[in-house]
Amino acid sequence: MIRSDRVFGLAIVLVALAMIAGALQFQEPFFASGPVGPKVFPILIAGLMVLCGGLMMARPDPEPDWPHAMSLLRIAVAVVVMVGYAYALKPFGFLLPTAIASGVIAVLIRPDALRATLTGAGLSVGLFLIFKYALGLTLVPWRWPF
Amino acid sequence: MDTLSNLALGFSVAVTPFTLFLAVVGCFLGTIIGALPGLGPANGVAILIPLAFTMGFDATEALALLTSVYYGAMYGGRISSILLNIPGDEPAVMTTLDGYPMARQGRAGDALVLSGVASFAGSFLATIGLAVMAPLLARVAYLFGPAEYFALYLLAFCTLGGLAGKNQAKSAIAALIGLSIAMIGIDPNNGTTARYTFGNLHLNDGINFLVAIVGLFAVAEVFFFIESHGKDSAVGVKLDKVTLPIREILNCKWVMLRASILGFFAGVLPGAGASLGSFMAYMSEKAIARDGDTFGTGNPKGVAAPEAGNNAAAGGALVPMLTLGVPGSGTTAVLLALLMTLNITPGPLLFADRPDVVWGLIATLFIANIVLLVMNVPMVRIFVYILSVPAYVLLPGVTMVSFVGVYSLSGSYFDLLMMVVFGIGGYILRKLEVPLVPVILGVLLGNQMENSLRKAMTLSDGDWTYLFSSPIAIVLWIAAIGGFVAPMFLRGLLRRPPLPGDGVADQD
Repeated sequence: MIRSDRVFGLAIVLVALAMIAGALQFQEPFFASGPVGPKVFPILIAGLMVLCGGLMMARPDPEPDWPHAMSLLRIAVAVVVMVGYAYALKPFGFLLPTAIASGVIAVLIRPDALRATLTGAGLSVGLFLIFKYALGLTLVPWRWPF
Repeated sequence: MDTLSNLALGFSVAVTPFTLFLAVVGCFLGTIIGALPGLGPANGVAILIPLAFTMGFDATEALALLTSVYYGAMYGGRISSILLNIPGDEPAVMTTLDGYPMARQGRAGDALVLSGVASFAGSFLATIGLAVMAPLLARVAYLFGPAEYFALYLLAFCTLGGLAGKNQAKSAIAALIGLSIAMIGIDPNNGTTARYTFGNLHLNDGINFLVAIVGLFAVAEVFFFIESHGKDSAVGVKLDKVTLPIREILNCKWVMLRASILGFFAGVLPGAGASLGSFMAYMSEKAIARDGDTFGTGNPKGVAAPEAGNNAAAGGALVPMLTLGVPGSGTTAVLLALLMTLNITPGPLLFADRPDVVWGLIATLFIANIVLLVMNVPMVRIFVYILSVPAYVLLPGVTMVSFVGVYSLSGSYFDLLMMVVFGIGGYILRKLEVPLVPVILGVLLGNQMENSLRKAMTLSDGDWTYLFSSPIAIVLWIAAIGGFVAPMFLRGLLRRPPLPGDGVADQD
């Protein structure tokens, strides 16, 4: 039977092997910086990771309760919104992206369009006032890149 | 008498109108952060660090704000434990055992006041302990060379991993993941070798540990709330009357004293932290009390002991963090991140070079304690009111504060993307029951651990036995191995008693 711990352990082992392969390629400067160069510590850590990843594959814990498809979809939506927010904050300024992002996260936690809209608008304006006047951060309130 | 004159220096630094104001604000925010389920102390301090940093506070001011938040969160955790049977943060789990039954008997007010006084006793005594013990330990720490530091970092990972997780392999993997993340960037030892940057210039400076911390704690928490639809939120709490149960406070005075001492030493152990402090305090009081069999049904002593214990441990955990640069818990790891952001290196030299910072911090802790006693006993009703903020407002708010904080550090969208990646990683790790605190510790200490290893090897000209050549190093190695292995055998003894009622506990 495939268990999550086995998959995770295997992933750790593969990443660790890639780390060792990467460490062997490190460019060392001509002058030596001591008997232990930049390769040793990464290889040491990666070696221990292979060991522990193997242990996890050999003795997996009971399966965690992963979210259902719908919950997973909601989390995926949240991730997309957060990534979008990261890209939108500079070109669009603070207010609009913040209202949309916090409104969407609110609706994902509690599916109620009216409350989510109010939360988004309230948080956007409220946090802007706090950041700007109480904390003195320099934030651009809005901007239109087109 | 050295301690007293140092303390006088500390108060002279800490007592300015502005730092006092920051301490009050910090205590207030901290109590809220501690009380709200799902927003633990590590989390709360983490999202506030970028803000404190961008506001241009100096070291004393930033520390006044954030250590007040730290102590405040330890007080606040008890409020939702008692009223809702949901621990506000992990160390407050033990407080639910007798606090919630007391609330069901209509004595919620008594339980809140008693636990508030116990919290004060615990953290006040621990702060005295910190003022006495930290300079002594700093003197020992002078004897530490690179080999000893390497063993000490190992000890911190081992005891933290051994005690924090259920599965040793997973704790070890957590620490190793953190150490690997710390290696990303230009090798700080020679300044030329790019390691694991994949040619991406954003990664040359390494990954900012604040980005990792906020992502792993705060963003991952948002995903958990989205999955659970915010079921753990605390709407509809009521508190009738608050009186001062003098008789019960006096009855518990020895309980508080014993629990504080035990909690303090549990906190000093690297990696043990506040959860162990409250656990040990509760179990030992239950064992020695004449009415021990009524623990778990609303015995006031069962409320006083864990609260004094966890607050004392919070103070004790600052001892190794300040003297050795090795944090004893998740939240002190985050405070270490704050010190590193402020360019302050904890360790024995800190006591000699920056006495104003150390003693100012200790003085702030005394002040914060008194502020917290006033806030948490007569004014506890305010926090009960704030507890009813619904999750669908709180979590978007937390997300936005995290994003703006990290964005204001660097003004780069890349850090925000990294934070989301860490959030996804934190969610998956928590689902798999891989503890997150060793990851944070690894990210924070990775570079120093590698440095101390490489310095030790340079000193010994590549002879690996140098790592075990001094008595201090050997003791640390033995303690490290013992701390990692012993919990496997003690697991049966350390098992937590079940929570009362049908409450859902936040166990991480």
